[in-house]
Amino acid sequence: MDWIIDICDLVAAFLFIYGLKQMSSPVTARRGIVLAGYGMLAAVLVSFLYTFGVETSARPFLSVNLTLTGIALVLGLGWAWWKGRTVPITAMPQMVALFNGMGGGAAGAIAAVEFFGGHGRDPITLTVTMLGAMIGSVSLSGSLIAWAKLDGRMRKPWRMQGQRFLNGIVFLALVGLGTYIVVVTGGAIGGAVFFVVALALGVMVTVPIGGADMPVVIALYNALTGLAVALDGFVLQNPALMIAGMVVGSAGTLLTLLMAKAMNRSLSNVLFSNFGDVNLEQQGEIKGRLKPVEAEDAAITMRYAGKVIVVPGYGLAAAQAQQKLYEFVKVLQAAGVEVKFGIHPVAGRMPGHMDVLLAEAGVPYDLLFELGEINDEFKTADVALVIGANDVVNPAARTNKTSPIYGMPILNVDQAHQIYVVKRGQGRGYAGVENELFYADNCNMVYGDAQAVLSKMVQAVKDLAPSETPTQVAA
Amino acid sequence: MLPQIVIVGFVALYIFMLAAFTGYEVIARVPAILHTPLMSGSNFVHGIVVVGAVYALLNATGVPEQVIGFIGVLLGAANVAGGYVVTERMLEMFKPSQKKA
Repeated sequence: MDWIIDICDLVAAFLFIYGLKQMSSPVTARRGIVLAGYGMLAAVLVSFLYTFGVETSARPFLSVNLTLTGIALVLGLGWAWWKGRTVPITAMPQMVALFNGMGGGAAGAIAAVEFFGGHGRDPITLTVTMLGAMIGSVSLSGSLIAWAKLDGRMRKPWRMQGQRFLNGIVFLALVGLGTYIVVVTGGAIGGAVFFVVALALGVMVTVPIGGADMPVVIALYNALTGLAVALDGFVLQNPALMIAGMVVGSAGTLLTLLMAKAMNRSLSNVLFSNFGDVNLEQQGEIKGRLKPVEAEDAAITMRYAGKVIVVPGYGLAAAQAQQKLYEFVKVLQAAGVEVKFGIHPVAGRMPGHMDVLLAEAGVPYDLLFELGEINDEFKTADVALVIGANDVVNPAARTNKTSPIYGMPILNVDQAHQIYVVKRGQGRGYAGVENELFYADNCNMVYGDAQAVLSKMVQAVKDLAPSETPTQVAA
Repeated sequence: MLPQIVIVGFVALYIFMLAAFTGYEVIARVPAILHTPLMSGSNFVHGIVVVGAVYALLNATGVPEQVIGFIGVLLGAANVAGGYVVTERMLEMFKPSQKKA
């Protein structure tokens, strides 16, 4: 029986890596996840063959264990399948956090079974087990806090004096306890304390981090869960777990660093400093004034423009206006205007989230351009339309060294001939910084809910002389 | 009994090292527009943990182990199904422009 499991696990490991590789291009990405899915299906199905090789001590429990396995699989798969199908795309980041935490929990549980069951008592196995237990538990409780924060269940970061110091002490105590368990005794009470402290550490580390930094934190916990799975794979002597876990561990680490870089933060900065505590009084006066215009006027200017670049931000998704935006873009395209989307890496709640939200609205991916691809084109654009984005178009990131967002890569919207900014009101962005772009001579503000503004824009272009759009039936 | 193939010491380290490089290389060329689906996709891949949890639960020899193992399988299964559905849903939406007839 073992060889069937081995072959299936080998195929699964291949399909995971090949699938992830396919996911690196939008053309093949869908096939990639489906292939990885087949690998997973094969691995899970053959795992029932373990029934035939259980240790003799576990044989009396086998029928109960099999029943429990079946129930747990059906419940877990069913609940998550339903949840994943029904959750709106805007809530994707917290779902990833939740599912990731569960993976961390499963990794911690495996380590717990191995530890409390008294399997693998040699120092190396025990050390790896304790490491897996620690990382899995931290990932579980940390991801749950991240989920609660992104889901709006926990709004304020909880901070107190000496928090970092306390976290450091707890971490050292955990390592000390783990070492004691490995070297001196494998006692059950010490082990239980170990798990509780590890769970507490995940909470303590995550609680002070602000909501805006959560995507980086989730990416990090994703990598940590992968690492915990790889360590469990060693304990269970299962190469598929070792390979899949480690691939995710390193890929997740790289993804974490890429995200942190796109937000102009170092990882240690995200984890150990309290963002959002900027002293707003220090900011200098901005010259110029805000110049509001009507949505209809802005729309007509864009109708007669040669090239328009749209820069969406989370405000667009908050107003659920992606569909309307694409409708407006299609109206412009029908009138012969060249339209492109400029997507900042951190637009939305998570890097790449905005691309998913626009794809959901039906925007083809070849209209979506990354910062590096589009930035030189603003010079030749007649109009830049900024919707619900703020910090990612703030020129202060290029010029003002005292600004908290200084050095963050931004979209060079200010170089466009004319800029329209659609915004609910005069509030500030996530970083809490005033945006001098809004005061520029070539910038006009269109105030209002994105959904309502875009409806007006669509109508304004459609209401132009029908002779100019002959295919359209008069309303 | 699984440990027919025994992975000890340095062999384990070689596997870890090669897998780590593989993960790094696979991700390094991914365009930013796919970052969210990719994070979700790698989240799905570590759902393989459910296989380990099944193994642990089947070999449980007492109520505490059964309880923890049950939780492990439950959480692992949710990780797998949720990770897959969410990733597939996102990737399915990425479509190229339709060629004008």
